[in-house]
Amino acid sequence: MWEYTDKVKKHFLNPSNVGEIENPDGIGDVGSLSCGDALRLTFKLDENEKIIDAKVKTFGCASAIASGSALTEMMIGKTVAEAEKISNQQIADYLGGLPKEKMHCSVMGHEALEKAIACYRGTTIEEKEGEVICECFGVTDIEITRAIQENNLKTIEEVTNFTKAGGGCERCHGDIAKILLKVQNQPQPDEEQKPQLSNIQKMRLIEETIEREIRPSLQLDGGDIELIDIVGNRVIVATRGACSACKSAPITLKNLVEAKLREFVSPDLVVEEVSK
Amino acid sequence: MKPVYVDNNATTKVAPEVFAAMEPFFCEMYGNPSSMHSIGGMVGPKLKEARIQVAKLIGAQADEIIFTSCGTESDSTAVHAALTADPAKRHIVTSRVEHPAIGSLAGSLGKQGYRVTEIPVDGDGCLDMKLLEESLTPDTALCSIMWANNETGVIFPVEKIAAMCRRHGITFHTDAVQAVGKLPINLALSQIDMLSLSGHKLHAPKGVGALYVRKGTKFSPFLIGGHQEKGRRAGTENVPGIIALGKACELAEAHLEKENTFVRALRDRLENELIRLIPEAKVNGTIKARTPNTSNISFANIEGESILLMLNEFGICASSGSACTSGSLEPSHVMRAMGVPFTMAHGSIRFSLSIYNSEDDIDRIIKELPPIVKRLRELSPFT
Repeated sequence: MWEYTDKVKKHFLNPSNVGEIENPDGIGDVGSLSCGDALRLTFKLDENEKIIDAKVKTFGCASAIASGSALTEMMIGKTVAEAEKISNQQIADYLGGLPKEKMHCSVMGHEALEKAIACYRGTTIEEKEGEVICECFGVTDIEITRAIQENNLKTIEEVTNFTKAGGGCERCHGDIAKILLKVQNQPQPDEEQKPQLSNIQKMRLIEETIEREIRPSLQLDGGDIELIDIVGNRVIVATRGACSACKSAPITLKNLVEAKLREFVSPDLVVEEVSK
Repeated sequence: MKPVYVDNNATTKVAPEVFAAMEPFFCEMYGNPSSMHSIGGMVGPKLKEARIQVAKLIGAQADEIIFTSCGTESDSTAVHAALTADPAKRHIVTSRVEHPAIGSLAGSLGKQGYRVTEIPVDGDGCLDMKLLEESLTPDTALCSIMWANNETGVIFPVEKIAAMCRRHGITFHTDAVQAVGKLPINLALSQIDMLSLSGHKLHAPKGVGALYVRKGTKFSPFLIGGHQEKGRRAGTENVPGIIALGKACELAEAHLEKENTFVRALRDRLENELIRLIPEAKVNGTIKARTPNTSNISFANIEGESILLMLNEFGICASSGSACTSGSLEPSHVMRAMGVPFTMAHGSIRFSLSIYNSEDDIDRIIKELPPIVKRLRELSPFT
């Protein structure tokens, strides 16, 4: 028997917001009978794009029904822009967690939400963008790639738990392994490039990043910085203008300057202010 | 709330008489039958008795019975013995609806280079007998076909298949885990070479099974070691389990008629009422040849796990061939082999009864299930 949390049981036995809204502002259908689970989400907005009602109909196991119920509770009262940020992990967390084999139920809830919002905005999510990898459950490479990235998946088994891909005839396991490898390797080519930067290249890149990405936004607030020195991975800067008197300058240095430099140059960089 | 247990094809309650019979073998008669002292010595004759009890239920001779740890071990032993007997033969015939104890083993042997033919079934769950006969070749080392299907209860004509195999000089094994104790079996009159049975499906505890090996069948042990079971299965005997299995077989023989009258009547009433009360419900598997205790019913457009968990809220314990219950993502291989459509396969529920069920149990299921199906259909986007 699955180890469902009390919250899953509660949402399964007494699901909230069951049904379908007439003339909804958004509608999202996911899954199918052949897959063994399916969900239809409808919602209604007020004039401020706030979700005032959401209803769901679910075919599937206890965790699918509970995920649908949780989703409606989570989205009611939120604006579309806020609801859009609900992730499958948050749905699972709301339920106190799901057995790992059942994570695809929370993913299904998330997909229904995305579809319903796209429907409201009049943009359609391409039903099956990408190439179908898992023929049994009709899962594409794009869906698999996304699940891997968003949930930091490491194994074929985890991919199956989250997307169902590979849960049938298993013929696609080789392809899933390739996608896993590809996604896992994606950050690595970057990392591999970075050690290849010569010191001069690194300095130039830091200068460019400061000029292009950092100074303009500081100058907006009347502040500025100046690159003083680069020692290994330590980037030493001096604050100028408003920044030099600002109490939150150290925070700006961490949150803006260091973050940008790490993003564009190397994740190993540390920003320090030159001692005054 | 007293539970209504209708999942007896999964496992059964240990009969009180069986429990009483095995109990002294834990703390009093705990000796090893191989030992040279009276504590061990008193056990041997009891094992002999148990062997006779098991043999009697299936019309075998006592020395044709090998005690094992479970049905799966019996199956693996039988397949191993048949393949070892003639290593030049590289072909195995089985069915598409076997229990994983044979199905997965055959799959694994397929990967090791054996040729495996899985005989399909029709929509009623019945074997394609013509194809089966055509599949038997001079290269076939073994044909293994279950006696009764665990999910649907559908009975296969194994005695006929055994005779067919004998004509072709092929060893025939049957996994009779779901048949023993429910159907009359007389191996003396059949041409079945090997038969597997399991204790916990007939009111003995888990952890004991037996393999029948017809006298004269080429055999080599699967577990190698000591001389137990006349060298055919090494490992110290599970004495309490074997005593329990013996007693359970004796009881099963006494209850066989009740199984085919009382239990069958309960099953039929349950099935007929559910079909009458619930729209879009259908029985899976031919009703012409089924074990008397099993009913497998599909409810359209809803999912089995949800049905089970809601039944569980009312203390009703059943099982499902749905994908979600198994941890796999596809409906059971039996439903798929029968070509049951997805709309029905995901919502299949198995009720498997025993002599310990009552009319009250059936009444409770008939009362609780129809509203559950209605409720889940209200939740479903397909209705």
